[in-house]
Order: sequence, then structure tokens, then C-alpha cells
Amino acid sequence: MNEASNIDPISITVRGARVIYAGDVLFESLDLTLPAGSWTTLLGPSGVGKTTLLRQIAGLGPPDATADIQTGTGAGLAGRVALMAQQDLLLPWRTVRDNVALGARLRGEPLDDGRIGDLLDSVGLADRATAFPSTLSGGERQRAALARTLYEDRPVVLMDEPFSALDALTRHRIQDLAARLLTDRTVLLITHDPMEALRVSDRIAVMVGRPARLEEARVPGGSPPRGLDAAGMTELQADLIARLTENGRRAA
Amino acid sequence: MTIHRPMIVAAGLLVVWQAGVLIAAPPPYILPGPIAVIVTLTDRFGEIAAHAGWTSLEILLGLFFGTLFGTASALSMTLFRPAQRWLMPILVVSQALPVFALAPILVLWLGYGLASKVAMATLIIYFPVTAAFFDGLRRTHRGWLDLAVVMGASPVAALREIRIPAAMPGFAAGLRVAVAVAPIGAVVGEWVGSSVGLGYLMLHANARLQIDLMFAALLVLAVIAVALYYAVDTLLDRLLYWQPKTDHGDI
Repeated sequence: MNEASNIDPISITVRGARVIYAGDVLFESLDLTLPAGSWTTLLGPSGVGKTTLLRQIAGLGPPDATADIQTGTGAGLAGRVALMAQQDLLLPWRTVRDNVALGARLRGEPLDDGRIGDLLDSVGLADRATAFPSTLSGGERQRAALARTLYEDRPVVLMDEPFSALDALTRHRIQDLAARLLTDRTVLLITHDPMEALRVSDRIAVMVGRPARLEEARVPGGSPPRGLDAAGMTELQADLIARLTENGRRAA
Repeated sequence: MTIHRPMIVAAGLLVVWQAGVLIAAPPPYILPGPIAVIVTLTDRFGEIAAHAGWTSLEILLGLFFGTLFGTASALSMTLFRPAQRWLMPILVVSQALPVFALAPILVLWLGYGLASKVAMATLIIYFPVTAAFFDGLRRTHRGWLDLAVVMGASPVAALREIRIPAAMPGFAAGLRVAVAVAPIGAVVGEWVGSSVGLGYLMLHANARLQIDLMFAALLVLAVIAVALYYAVDTLLDRLLYWQPKTDHGDI
């Protein structure tokens, strides 16, 4: 990657996360550690509270939610997090280029054209810089959103099912791209796709039950992005699906 | 193509009108034919145009002030929550009271001149603009606001970069309604008390049984209304260059 990243990775420790939603305890005394510069994936069925936990870390949690969130360096998380959601959230009235630099515009900083160009290059959108989002395909839109996330140049990247709306082939390609471009960052990815978790993660935490608890799961050998033929991929996927469905049955 | 359609409709109505007059032959002081109206229009064009100029000025000033106050109200209600509680009743009253009921009072207060008519037009435009723009500002996509918070945007920056542009389609819908009703305010004002304007001319002609002149004034008013609507419509389409004409359900 030709873009020099000058950020020190930081670790994040969440202790005693607690969220009560409509009188129902979503989770309480939940602990999660995100090691510095490594990719952690939170895998779980819909409605288990994955997004709520991610939003808490992003500082977007519901007002009555509580959690003790510490970073390895002791400094707060404000201004050190980038967010990527399931929807690309591109502004339809801005060009791809201006969407990538949205953060700078929102903070009143000058736009760094060189960086925008490099990032669009690295996500393969160099020729779409002046296009409007409505003219982009779903995969292109999510790649633009990835470039926008990278433009922020934050040590922590939180991703909430960013690839789930894409077709299988496009999803495969963008997983590779994201895994390559996000090395050295502290990443938290939320997904309900076991294969995605196994391909891109350094660590996998399975979130199941109500109140939800976290269970560590094994990842295949080798460094991400792993191919579908990586050693142990099939068995581990079967194991993950079994854990998700078994817990689903117990809850039902 | 869009500009041709109203012309074809207008021409069709004129033909039906002329045919009706030829067949039923009503007395000309009840219903003159379109040819008689057009003859009057060309004969007294200078006079009618002068009155039309005043009415147009009233409508345009009303549009300007109504849009100005409307956007200002919508923005204040968005930025300051208490303002919403105070402005909402005013907003509803401004729409619930018929302009006809207010016209005599406004003429009494502001006089027979331009001001009372502009006030009427402003009043009638204020509500649709405010309501539509405020609604648009309230319905910003939550994901965009989350993004703004995480990116460290100030509320003003988020308003400028995200909420206001995102509310523009709603604002445009309100303004289109406002433009369509704006002439009502001006003409009602002229009816209640004035010495210029198409409303005055129509009332004046009606009292003298110059029905052809009345219809000529009405025709000019219709042309002004349609022209204004299409001008604003075109302008809004330019402003919303990014909005696809057919909604594909995307955000």
C-alpha cells in the first residue's frame, strides 16, 4: 500500500457492558478485549446485541447503557474511531471524491487531494472520483465507503456488517481488500456470516444467548485474508454454525 | 415536452369554450367567447400588463419573504428545541385562519398599497415551506448523523453538510405547493382594497359588466401562475441535480 499510515495501534478493553432494551436485559457484565492492531470479529445471530455493543464502543450507545471502556494507552476513544456501516451512507449530492473526504469537510479541515487520490486508487475507484454515488454499483459504493473510512486514518475501525448487502463474489473481493488495507488497525467487525469471520479475523468471539455472553472461537492458521481452501476452514465453519444454531435452539 | 403539455391543454379548453359560446350563445356580459377576450387583451394590453406587473411583484416579494421566514423558522425549530414549542402554534394558526378573514385586517394595518398584499402572499407561502422543510430536517437518515458524530462534526457542520442538503427534496416539495398558491394571497389582497393589480382590475371590470376584460385579466393571471410554477420547478430540479427523477428506494 502506497499510503503511509502513521498511527499507533491501540488496544481496547470493554468491561461490564450492560444494556437493557425495553425491560429486557440484552447483556450485562459483558467483557470484550480488542488487541492492538488486530482484527476481532463478533459473530452472532440477529438481535443478540452485536450492533448495540459496537455502538457503545463508538460512543453512540443508548443513554442508559453502561460500560467501562479503556484503551491501552489510557487516552479516550474520542476522535480515534472510524465507523463503517451496513449501508454505504454515501451522500448522494456529493461526488465520490467529496464523499471520501467527508470527515475533513465536517471538521472544517482542508481536503487532502493527494490522499483522496491514493485511497481511491487502492480501492480501485480512481476513475470514478467525480462520479455521483447513484451511478455506482453496490460493490463500488461499499468500496467508496471503505475509502472514506480509511481517509479518517483512525487507529480503531468499527464495522457493522459492511459487506452483508453485497452479492457473494463482490463480498469476497471486498473482504480481501478490507483485510489488506486495514492491517495494523484495531478492527472490530460484526457479522452473522461464519465464512466471512473465518476469512478476515485474527480472533473470533461468538455472541449468543440472552442475556448475551461471549465465547472465543478458533480461527484457521495463516494470516488474513484467508482463502476458502485454508486449512481447517470447513470444519471450523461447521463448528461455528453448530454453536450458533444450538444456542438459537436453546434460546427458543 | 413538459412545457408543451399545458399549452395543448389550454388550447383544448379554448376550443371547447369557443364552441360552447357559439352553440349556447349566452349574452356577452355573462360569458364572452375567447376571441372577444383576446381582442380585449390586445386592445388594452398596456393597461393589463401594468396591473399584471404589480401582481407579479406582490407574488414574487411574497415568495421571497415567505421562503425566507419559512426556512428561518424551520432552522430555528431544528436547532433550538424550545423554539419548536413556541413556533408550532403560530405555524398552525397561520394556516388554519383563512386568508380571506385576515385580508381586511392586513389592509387596515398595512394600507391599500403593496405591503398588505405582500403580507398576504407571505402568509400563505410561509406554512407549506416551513412545514415541509422542518419535516425534512427532522428526518435525516440516522446513519448519516452517527457518521457525523464519530467523525467529530460540530452540530452546525452536520446541519450544513448533511441535514440541510438531505432536507432539500422536502423543501422543494413545500416550495412547489407554495408557488401554486402564492397568487391567491396577492389577488385576495387586491380584492379587499387596492388601486392596482389584476385582482383590482377584475373587480373593477366586474362592476362595469366588462366581462371580457375580467376574463382577459384572469387569463393573464393564469399565465403568470403557470409560468412561475414552471420556472421554480426548473430551478428546483437544478438545485436537486443529484436526485434521480424516479425514486429507486435508495437513501
